[in-house]
Order: sequence, then structure tokens, then C-alpha cells
Amino acid sequence: MESQEVKLLGFWVSPFVHRVEWALKLKGVPYEYIEEDIFNKSPLLLELNPVHKKVPVLVHNQKVLAESFVILEYIDENWKQCPLLPQDPYDRAKARFWAKFAEEKILSDGAWRAARAKGDNREKALGSTIEALEKIEGELKGKGKFFGGESIGYLDLALGWISYMLPVWEDVGSIKIMDPTRFPATAAWMSEFVNHPAVKDSLPPRDKMIIYFEKRLKELEI
Amino acid sequence: MSEVKLFRTWSSPYALRIVWALELKGIDYETIFEDLSNKSQLLLQYNPVHKKVPVLVHNGKVISESLVIIEYIEDTWKDTPLLPEDPYERATARFWAKFNDDKLLPSIWQVFVTQGKEQEEAIPVATENLSFIEEDLKGKKFFGGQTIGLVDITIGWMANLISVFIEITGINLIDADKFPLLFGWMQNFSDVPVIKESWPPHDKLVIKFRAIRESYLSADVPK
Repeated sequence: MESQEVKLLGFWVSPFVHRVEWALKLKGVPYEYIEEDIFNKSPLLLELNPVHKKVPVLVHNQKVLAESFVILEYIDENWKQCPLLPQDPYDRAKARFWAKFAEEKILSDGAWRAARAKGDNREKALGSTIEALEKIEGELKGKGKFFGGESIGYLDLALGWISYMLPVWEDVGSIKIMDPTRFPATAAWMSEFVNHPAVKDSLPPRDKMIIYFEKRLKELEI
Repeated sequence: MSEVKLFRTWSSPYALRIVWALELKGIDYETIFEDLSNKSQLLLQYNPVHKKVPVLVHNGKVISESLVIIEYIEDTWKDTPLLPEDPYERATARFWAKFNDDKLLPSIWQVFVTQGKEQEEAIPVATENLSFIEEDLKGKKFFGGQTIGLVDITIGWMANLISVFIEITGINLIDADKFPLLFGWMQNFSDVPVIKESWPPHDKLVIKFRAIRESYLSADVPK
């Protein structure tokens, strides 16, 4: 039987890396974690991911994979236990759609932008982030503990960063984005998510994240 | 008997890839052409989140975002698979499809909608991206191997529009000497019967994209 050698190149505070780790943990796949300094990229990283030069990079029996959503689908297809994506094609399409939506509207151009911006830029970024969060709130209503129902799945992993990183950005940027009275389903989901066994003990320490993002905020102010 | 509707414009590269996926799998579908300057009530109802095309409606189930739609088509109709069976090969295909949408297409677009110094700076970015996918064609006729697959139909817009861009700007990003594999692939891809039959008319594309380039250039603030 082929030996399963799994290595994950990551950066301690990257939400893109965290979602891959949760997937591996959920499926009980042992892996070796290699910390990368993304501000001083190693020759290994540049060799394994010449196209994007980013983490996460998964190496499975010497097969190299990059892009976190691509990696999640690979993990799901390669290790069948604890399925991440639902079975039904339409449910799968919805999970993929909302993951892409949240990535574009809440993560990349949304919350972090709002935290860094000042004045009109802040208003604009905050407005569109909240609009996007409202749609996610709508998706969670009446679903159960997680987006997939009673068990954690692909969309939960895709959005999981919201549960522990968004509050840090709010703190550091002195901005209220996720109001629990306005987004009760999302607030409840956040609590379920951070307490899930596969997630709980793997989150970066809050104080370390605060220091890191305070520094980044100063460097990336807009 | 299933009911499939595709909302699209006649020229959108994102919509064309859906046409190709449906045609390759021999799926019956109805096309509804949209005028994006005057979006129909039906489109806004079906895609309230993005208000964009393409949108696929299958037995009342609505799916948007072209790569999500293709995965849905692949999950639902098993004939003529667009993805290989092996998980690693599937991941590689998905990687390149995403690369096209995130990096390759935008970088070529940036060359097309700029001029002067801005355009000069855009060209090496596009060229580097092209060199990455040229690598993936080594030893293969198509990105999908012997037959076309997800990556071919995702990147296929190039086979359609590069000649249009050359005619309008005079710039040829896919030189046969620099990118022999891509150059050959564009020809092979265009020759596939299903692809050939759904090619939007070249002259109409030139008119449309010339107007688009002009609107970008005139919106430029003089530096």
C-alpha cells in the first residue's frame, strides 16, 4: 500500500492555510507542517509554487497542489471519510458559489479593506461588506449548526476565518462589521465553528494576531 | 426530459465556455440572449447577487458563476467528462482554470484596454502568465490530453479573441515562435467541430471590442 506522505507549507496566520489544516484534521489525515515566512520566501516555496509564490501548498506523495479551494476539493476527493462537499450536484454548486462569493466580497475586498480604510473609502468598503454578510446570514437561516446542516463542511471551512479573524480586524481597525444583533445566525455559527474539535486547538493565539494585524494595518493603510 | 436554459450574451467568453460544455455533452438547452445594458427582469430575478451572465437554469434550479456552472454540468451529466478521473489531475485542471480567470484573462485584458506606458507595463505580465500555461501543454494536444476538457474550454476564449485583439491593437501576444504550443493549441481547439459551430462572428467581435477599447481609452485621465 502506497505510503501517505502529506506536507503542508503554511504561514501561521493565513486563513487560506487554516482551512486546509481543518480539512486534513477532519479527515484524520496526518501531515507534516512546514512554516514559511511569506515576507522572506524560501527557495522551496518558489520551486513548488512558481505561478503564485503563495501558501498554502500541499504536497501529497510528491504531487504538488496550490490554491486553497482547489486543495480542499482534492482532499475531499482523495480521502472519502467525513465528506466536505454535499452529494447532490445542486447543493455542491451552491456551496461552491457562496464560497467564491464570500472570498471575493467579504474576505479580499471586504472586511480587511474596511478595517484599513479611512473616511469615504471606509464607508464604501463597510457598506459592501455588510451587504455581503446579509446574504450569508440569509444562507444560514434555518440551516442548523453549520452551512451543511448538522456537520461541518466545505462552505464552513471556506468562511471559517470569519469566526476568529474578523473580530481581530474589527479590534485593530476600530470598526464594527459583524453586529451579532444584526446577524444572529452568523454569530451563532461563529460560536459553533470555533468550538468544533477540529478547529478549537488550531487557532493562532489572539494576542499574536492582534500584534501582527496592527503592524500590517500601519503598513497597508488606504 | 429535463429543461435547461442558458442566459448569456452572444460574445461573453464566460458564457461561451458554458455553450461548449453543454454542446460537448450533447445536452439540449434553450438560449436566452441578454442585453447587459438593459437586463431582463428574469435575469435579475435569477441572479440577484451578481446580476451577471451566464446563468444556467436546470429544472428550476438556478446556478451562476461560470466555473461553478461547469462543475454542476459535470456532476449532473456524466457523458463526455470534462475532468479526468484522477484526483490530482482534476486538481491540476481546476488550478489552471482558476489561473485563467484570476490572472491570465485579466492580464491579457489589461494589455487590450491600455495604451502607451501602461500597455508597455502590462505586456510582460501577460507574457509571463502565458509562459506558465505554455508549460502545461508540453506533450499534449489539448490541456485535457487527447480530447478537450475543462481547461481547454476555460482558456478557449483566447483562440477566439486573440485574433480580434491583434486586428484592433496590432499586438500579438501569442507569437508562434515564442509560444509554439499555445499557437498550435489555438488552431487545434478552433478545429474541433463543436467549437467551430459556436464561434461568434469575427467581424461582429471586432466592432464590439474596438468600441470597448475606445471607451476605456477615452475614460483615461491624461497624465
